[in-house]
Amino acid sequence: MTETRQMFDEMYGFSDTAREPYANYADWIALEEFANLKRKSAQAEKLFRLTGITFNVYGVEEETERLIPFDLVPRIIAAKEWQTLSRGIEQRVRAINAFLHDIYHRQEILKAGRVPVEMIAQNEAFLPQMIGVSPPGNIYTHIVGTDLVRTGENEFFVLEDNARTPSGVSYMLENRETMLHMFPELFNRNKVRSVSQYPRSLRRSLAACRPTCSSDHPVVAVLTPGIFNSAYYEHAFLADQMGVELVEGHDLRVVDGRVAMRTTRGYQAIDVLYRRVDDEFLDPLNFNPDSMLGVPGLMDVYRAGGITIANAPGTGIADDKAIYSYMPEIVEFYTGEKPILKNVPTHRCSEPDALAYVLDNLAELVVKEVHGSGGYGMLVGPTASKKEIAAFREKLKARPDNYIAQPTLSLSTVPILTKAGLAPRHVDLRPFALASPNGVEIIPGGLTRVALKKGSLVVNSSQGGGTKDTWVLED
Amino acid sequence: MRLKISHTTSYHYDAPVPYALQQLRLRPKSRAEQTVLSWDLSVENGHQQLSFEDEHANTVDLISFEPGVSNITVHCEGEVEVTDTNGVVGKHSGYVPLWLFKRATPLTRAGSQLRALAASLERTENDLSDLHALSALVLERLPYSTQQESAELSAEQALNVGHGVCQDHAHVFIAAARHLDFPARYVSGYLMMNDRVDQDASHAWAEVHVDGLGWVGFDISNAMSPDARYVRVATALDYHGAAPVSGMRFGAASEALNVKLQVEQRQE
Repeated sequence: MTETRQMFDEMYGFSDTAREPYANYADWIALEEFANLKRKSAQAEKLFRLTGITFNVYGVEEETERLIPFDLVPRIIAAKEWQTLSRGIEQRVRAINAFLHDIYHRQEILKAGRVPVEMIAQNEAFLPQMIGVSPPGNIYTHIVGTDLVRTGENEFFVLEDNARTPSGVSYMLENRETMLHMFPELFNRNKVRSVSQYPRSLRRSLAACRPTCSSDHPVVAVLTPGIFNSAYYEHAFLADQMGVELVEGHDLRVVDGRVAMRTTRGYQAIDVLYRRVDDEFLDPLNFNPDSMLGVPGLMDVYRAGGITIANAPGTGIADDKAIYSYMPEIVEFYTGEKPILKNVPTHRCSEPDALAYVLDNLAELVVKEVHGSGGYGMLVGPTASKKEIAAFREKLKARPDNYIAQPTLSLSTVPILTKAGLAPRHVDLRPFALASPNGVEIIPGGLTRVALKKGSLVVNSSQGGGTKDTWVLED
Repeated sequence: MRLKISHTTSYHYDAPVPYALQQLRLRPKSRAEQTVLSWDLSVENGHQQLSFEDEHANTVDLISFEPGVSNITVHCEGEVEVTDTNGVVGKHSGYVPLWLFKRATPLTRAGSQLRALAASLERTENDLSDLHALSALVLERLPYSTQQESAELSAEQALNVGHGVCQDHAHVFIAAARHLDFPARYVSGYLMMNDRVDQDASHAWAEVHVDGLGWVGFDISNAMSPDARYVRVATALDYHGAAPVSGMRFGAASEALNVKLQVEQRQE
C-alpha cells in the first residue's frame, strides 16, 4: 500500500507501518498464506452456522434470517487507549443514571436551564409512570452499549448511548470463541484480555440490583418477545450462559404480589427481570393494551417494589438522539467533571438556525431520526444520490424536530479479508457496560461493526454490516 | 361536613374468566380539605395482590380474580370529613411537573371542534373567571344527558355527540384548558347529591392550575366548584389514569357492570 492514507487505519494509522498494538499481529499476518486465510474464513462461517447465530433483517422478506458476516482480522485496542475509553464510558454511564433519576424526580437539570424543558416535555420517551420511581441503587440503565467511533490517533467520539436495550453482546462473545478456536497461536503471541466472563458479570450485576423483598439468591430471568424477534438468538444465548430462565410474557403471572413464572413445581417469583421487550409492549395493563408480548401488571409489581426491571422502563429519555446533543452538559452537571469522551457536534433540526444550515449542507451531513435505530431512516449525504437528498429534504422540512444532523466523520478503518486480499473498511465500536449499586463494570472488548462495502460508513448489521473480534491488550 | 360512603362495583361475566387483573383507584386520601376518618376496601372472588402510590399520589390496589370465577365484587365503605374551600385545592406538590398537565392525551386531544370551542371563549384579565366561563361554555355546548353513546369517548368525540356525562364534560373542559395553556387534570370522586342517598355513579370533575391560587376544582356538570359534598379520590391526566377500576382479562367472556353507590351526610 503506497497511496497516502486519507483516513485513520487502526492497523497502520496514517502510515504504512503497523501501529504498536498491531505490531505483533502484522508480523503474523504477513507470513500467512492468503489461501489459508480464505479457508479459515469459510471455516468461521461454517462455525457460526452451526451455533445458529443469526439475525433477522426487517424489511427483507425472502431473507428473514441470515448470518452477520464475520471478518477474521481483529480490531486491536492498546491498554492505554482502553483505559481512557473505559474511564469515559464509566463517567457517562454514571451521568446517565443520575440524569434519569433527576428527570423522574426533581428535574434539577431542567430548573437549572442546562437542558431545555421542551426536550423532555415533548419527548415521547418520557414515561410519566416512572415519575417518583427509585429502583434499587437508583440504577435505571443496567446494561449500556456505548457506540464509539474514531477519526485519529487520539480522536474518539461517542456516537450514541444505547441505554434502553442494547444488543450485540452475543457477537462479542461468539466472535472471540471463534477466533480462539481457529487461531489459538494468536492468543499466545498477544496478551488479549478475556471477555468470556461477561455472562457471569451480567448475572452478578443484575443480582446486585435485586429488590429488597428478594432473598440473597435472587431469581433472574430473561424476558424475550419470542422467536420472531431479530435478537432472539441473543436472548436465548444470554439466558443459557447465565444459567437463568428464558421467559415470554405468557409464561408469567402476578402471584402473591410478585411476578412469577410457571415451573414444574408451581409458580416461582422472579426478582430481577432482564427484559428485551420494548417499554410500549412490556405491560398491556399499563401501556399498549394490544401487546401480546408483555406481562399484565408487571409495572404495578415494579412500582410496589416487587421486582427489578433491567433496563428500567423510560430509560429511552436518556439515549434519544436529541438528548444526546446535551450529553456534555449532562455529564458536567451530575459528575462535576469535564466529559472524558467527546460528542459529535450535533445540529438539532428543531432549531430554525440549525435547520437552515442542515438544509443548505445536506450533501455533506449525516441526518438521523431522533428515535431511529439500526441505521434505518437516515441520510448519509456524501454517498446519497441527488434524488435521495431531494426526497430527504422534504421529510426534513415536514418534521424538523424529528431529526438531528452531524458532520460526516471519516471513521477509522480496519483491514478486512476480501477476494482481492486485505482492504480497509470503516468500523465503529460498541463496548458494554454493566451498572449496579456496586459500581460500573466495563467488559474489556466489545462489538466492532464493520461496513463491508468499500467506502460505506453505515456499519449496522441491518444495512449489510459485519462484525470483528475486538481485542483489548493487557498492559 | 361528614359524609358516609358505601360503594359497590360488581362485574358479571357470561363465562368463567381464567385470569384477570384490576387496578383500583378507590382510596381517598386525607388532605387539607378532606380527612378520611375510616375506609375499608374489600373484594369478593378476588385477591389483593399489592398496592402502591402512583405518580399522582393515588393509592392503587392491584387485584386478581380467583381463577374461573364469573363475577367479582369490589366494596368500599368509609367516612370522610370535608371542608368547603370554594374549590381551591391548593399548591401543586409531588414530582409530576406542571408541564405534564398541559400534555394532550388520546382522550383530551384537541380536534377542530375543541379548538373552535376554546377560541369562542372571551378572555379577560382574570383567569379564574375565564375558567368558570369556559366551564359554562362546555355545559352549554354539551348538555348533561345520561344517554351514553359509548363508555369511553374522547373530548372531540363527545363534542360530536353533542351531549354528555360528567366524564365527557371533564375531558372537554380539560382539553380546552390545556389548549389555552393551563395545566389541567381529571378528578374522580364522590358527590353527595342533596336530594338523594342513592347516587347513579361515581362523579368526575376537573382541576386547573391557576397562578397564585394553585389547583382549583371545576364541576362542569353542576356548574360550580366542588364544596363540602365532594370527596376527591383520584387524579390523573384523564379518565384512564384516574378510573376507579381499570383492568384486563383473558378469555372471551362479555362483561356486565353494576354499581351501587350511597353517599349521605352523617351527623357529627
